[in-house]
Amino acid sequence: MSDPAETIDAMLARIPYARFLGLRIELAGDEMTAILPFGTHLIGNPVLPAIHGGVLGAFMEMTALAQLLVKEGQARQPRVIDVSIEYLRSGRPLTTYARAEIKKVGRRIANVHVEAWQDQRAAPIAALRGHFLVTPTERV
Amino acid sequence: MSDHLDAMRNFVNAMNQGSPHAIALKMETISLDKDGATLRVPYDEKLIGDPDTGVIAGGVVTALLDHACGQAVHTGLTEFKTIATLDLRIDYMRPAEPGKDIFARAHCYKVTRSVAFVRAVAYDDDPDDPVAAAQAAFMLDSSGGRGFGANLKDRKPK
Repeated sequence: MSDPAETIDAMLARIPYARFLGLRIELAGDEMTAILPFGTHLIGNPVLPAIHGGVLGAFMEMTALAQLLVKEGQARQPRVIDVSIEYLRSGRPLTTYARAEIKKVGRRIANVHVEAWQDQRAAPIAALRGHFLVTPTERV
Repeated sequence: MSDHLDAMRNFVNAMNQGSPHAIALKMETISLDKDGATLRVPYDEKLIGDPDTGVIAGGVVTALLDHACGQAVHTGLTEFKTIATLDLRIDYMRPAEPGKDIFARAHCYKVTRSVAFVRAVAYDDDPDDPVAAAQAAFMLDSSGGRGFGANLKDRKPK
């Protein structure tokens, strides 16, 4: 049984896009938090300034993928089928956090909800619901 | 109307060149007309999401579609308004082909007083064989009087 924290770190280190965003994953037991430290390359609107909406979507997508790998174990990277992103508040130039909740995993499809926040957990800045094509290792 | 489109062509170029994330992705607006906007992100190894196949990360497609939809809103308006994405739904139909640039074509098909509705497709070669399709809604006059540096101030505790 490999250490899930090491497995996820090794996986992220292999993904150029995760390095490009600056994404990190922290595990507290089986609870996973994705962390996106602020960087100027993430800004979409320079006037406010605000993090690009696409970056927040991408960050939450990666959070869902990482959560599926951590919780379910996957023979290969899950594929995104569809996502629905809700923008609640503009992303300020701060560290952004996200947590994912797997609502259901079947033989092929997983349904995952993600919420992202910054300085106030009770005031989320964005949410994502998505379907993913999965290959759970336990069920193969 | 064409004056507005001319102004918006300048605006979207400034928006691409002034937006650090658009620069980081090397995002470019290829065309902007009354039917919408077409944008491109060139293939780049640093944007790979699946190291086993070299396929660009879905997140890049997400950012491109969001950006394209936002620019298309301006083609559906007759004067400049501040906008903010309310929601964005994306279907991923197939992986983009490794090594190929990704394009997005967005069309604003309905504008109300407060909201603009946009559809878009992302593709590599053929818009009729899309990589992804998006449906988005944008708030109009979203700034609510918040101007330069508004996000640098502390937010009221909830």
